[in-house]
Amino acid sequence: MCEQCGCGSTPGTVRVTDSGRTISSRPAAATTVEVHAALLAENDRVAAHNRAHFEEHGVLAVNLMSSPGSGKTSLLEATLDAAAGRWRIGVIEGDLETENDALRIRAKGVPAVQITTGQACHLDAGMVHDALHALDLHALDILFIENVGNLVCPASFDLGQSANVTLLSVTEGDDKPAKYPVMFRAADLVLLAKSDLLDVLDDFDPAKARRHVRELANPAPVLAISARRPATLRPWLDWLEGGLAAVRAHPGMHAHPQGHSHRHEHSHGHEHPETAPHSHPRAADPA
Amino acid sequence: MHELSVCQGLVNEVARVAAAHGASRVTRIAVAVGPLSGVEAPLLERAFAVARAGTVADAAVLVTEATEVAVWCESCGAETVTAPNRLVCERCGGWRVEVRRGAELLLTSIDIED
Repeated sequence: MCEQCGCGSTPGTVRVTDSGRTISSRPAAATTVEVHAALLAENDRVAAHNRAHFEEHGVLAVNLMSSPGSGKTSLLEATLDAAAGRWRIGVIEGDLETENDALRIRAKGVPAVQITTGQACHLDAGMVHDALHALDLHALDILFIENVGNLVCPASFDLGQSANVTLLSVTEGDDKPAKYPVMFRAADLVLLAKSDLLDVLDDFDPAKARRHVRELANPAPVLAISARRPATLRPWLDWLEGGLAAVRAHPGMHAHPQGHSHRHEHSHGHEHPETAPHSHPRAADPA
Repeated sequence: MHELSVCQGLVNEVARVAAAHGASRVTRIAVAVGPLSGVEAPLLERAFAVARAGTVADAAVLVTEATEVAVWCESCGAETVTAPNRLVCERCGGWRVEVRRGAELLLTSIDIED
C-alpha cells in the first residue's frame, strides 16, 4: 500500500505516525523510559485474577471460540444433555445483543450469565470478572465462557481461562486455521463441528484441517463432533474430564495460550500465590 | 476491529508509567507488534489518534516496530524465520517448534517530559 502513497514505509521498517504527520526527531527535553510491558497488561492483570479464582475453586474454565454460526451454543446444549448429573456446569454467554443464548442454556436448568457487548467484537477479562460476580463458583465444576462469534479479536484477550477450545464447523473451509493463525495457534483443542454433514460435504477434509493446525506448531487434539449425534461427543467429554482432573491435581498451574506474561495484582484485598505457567489439560490426540 | 480496545489498554499503561515518573507529558511511545499478536500496526496507529485524546499522551507520537516470526525447532535445533500461518521449521520441515519471536505486543519505551 505504501509504495503507492509514497510515505516510504515498507513492511519491517519502523513506522512513525502522528495522525498523518511524519516526525523523525524527538524533542530535546524528553527522557526515554524503557518499559517492556505487555500492551494488554491491564487485561492480563484482571485475567490473572480470574484465573486465581478458578484455581481456588477447582473450576475448569473453558473459553469457547469460533466464527458466528459454527455451533457453539448447540454444542453446549448437547454437552449439557450428555453430561447431565456428571458435573455442575455454569455458562457465561457473550453476544453483541440479545439474551437468547443464555435463555437456551437456562432452559436446561443450568445457570447462565449473558454479557451483551454492544458493538465490542470480543470478551475481555473485565467483562468476565463482572459476570463471575453473578455466579457461585463454589457450586461449579466447569464454567463455559462462550465468546463472541469471531475468529479474530477474541484471540488477543486472555480471560483467565484454563483452556481455549476453538470450533471449526465443516461448513467452513478446512483451511480456516491457515487463514486465522492467531486464533488456531491459541487453541488447546479444536473441534470439527457439524461433522454429521461430512457425508454430504465432500470438500471439507478433516485431515487437511488437522494438518493446518499442526503447521501452526500446535499439538492440540482435533476432534470431529456433532451436536446432533451424542455418541460423537464422547472424546470431547473425556477431554473435559481430563481437563478437570488436571485443574484439580495441579492447583496453581494453568495454561495461558496467548503467551502473555502477567503479574498478579489484586484489588480485592487478598493475595494469591504466583502461579507457574503451562499445564495444558490436553487429552491424547487420537490422530 | 479490537485495536481501539488494545489502544485504550496501551494509553492506560502509558499513563501509569508516566505518573510513576512524575511526567506531565509523553512525547513518544514505542511499541513492538508481532504478526502473531493479532493486532495490525496501521489499525493500531489509527486507533491511537482516538485513544490518546485528553490523556497524558495527547500529543505523543506512536512508533510501531514490526517484528518477524521466528521458530526454534525441537528436532533439528535450527532457528528459522517463517510465515505467520506456516510455523514449521524452514530447515527440516518439522512442526514441533517453539515460537521465539513474532507474538509480541509490547510497550517498549516512552519519552517523557517533566
